[in-house]
Amino acid sequence: MKKIVLTALIGSAFFAIPALAESERYAPITHEATLKECSACHMVYQPEMLPARSWESLITGLSDHFGESAALDATVADDIKAYLVANAADAPGVKSRWAKGIAKTDTPLRISETPRFIRAHGEINPAAFKRKDIGSAANCAACHTGADKGLYTEPGE
Amino acid sequence: MRRLMLAACALVALAAASHAAPQDAVIAALEAQAKSADAGFKGFTAENGKALFMATHQGGKPDTPSCTICHTKIPANSGKTRAGKAIDPMAVSANPQRFTDLAKVEKWFGRNCNSVLGRDCTPQEKGDFVTWLTSQ
Repeated sequence: MKKIVLTALIGSAFFAIPALAESERYAPITHEATLKECSACHMVYQPEMLPARSWESLITGLSDHFGESAALDATVADDIKAYLVANAADAPGVKSRWAKGIAKTDTPLRISETPRFIRAHGEINPAAFKRKDIGSAANCAACHTGADKGLYTEPGE
Repeated sequence: MRRLMLAACALVALAAASHAAPQDAVIAALEAQAKSADAGFKGFTAENGKALFMATHQGGKPDTPSCTICHTKIPANSGKTRAGKAIDPMAVSANPQRFTDLAKVEKWFGRNCNSVLGRDCTPQEKGDFVTWLTSQ
């Protein structure tokens, strides 16, 4: 009997823990300018997913934003930058594991280039991201339907 | 009789005012820009706006050689950003909110002319573009 209970416990641990680990929740983004301006073209990505230096570089380089001009008035850009930097993966007081594994000399500009993203999506065929209804890895909500609200669950759960 | 005429005139004026399209203010602002940029300005042409929208351009960023890459060739349809997000139709018939906010219009011309043409659009080009899409 003891053995059965133990087996059951180990079994449930095996199945339950990975599922829990794969679901992540982030604080909803409430910063008005960030919501308005960034969402004009894409999902508003959680600031906890990139280090501060990445956000600084992205906002400074808006006139060539992944091959397109996303230029903003300086006051609006500064307002957005301040919010992203204050809530970045490596900002003081922010709990985030996204900066882990990024070399100090590296400034990733895409969340999909971070070690954490790559690890989490390792089992996915790269061709899947290019599917017509997905487009690219930038389209988080294609699979994680709650992504724009900060909830990332394993697709299908 | 004179009084009646006056009243009729006022009515006509009122009818004209209530028919003013919400896009008129934006077009008027672009017209003022065009006049100050070019003393020989002769008005906007929808046909030229259509040509600008449909053409494949040189000089811009490689991923965005035309308006239609994101907006499609049918302006009454929704488009799609390169990041996969839907863009509301450009044609005013399908999207009456288009070209009603000058700051928004200027912001997007500023971005997209530089992405597609590699330069700012002239007031003439902006006015032609808005004139065509307002008629669509």
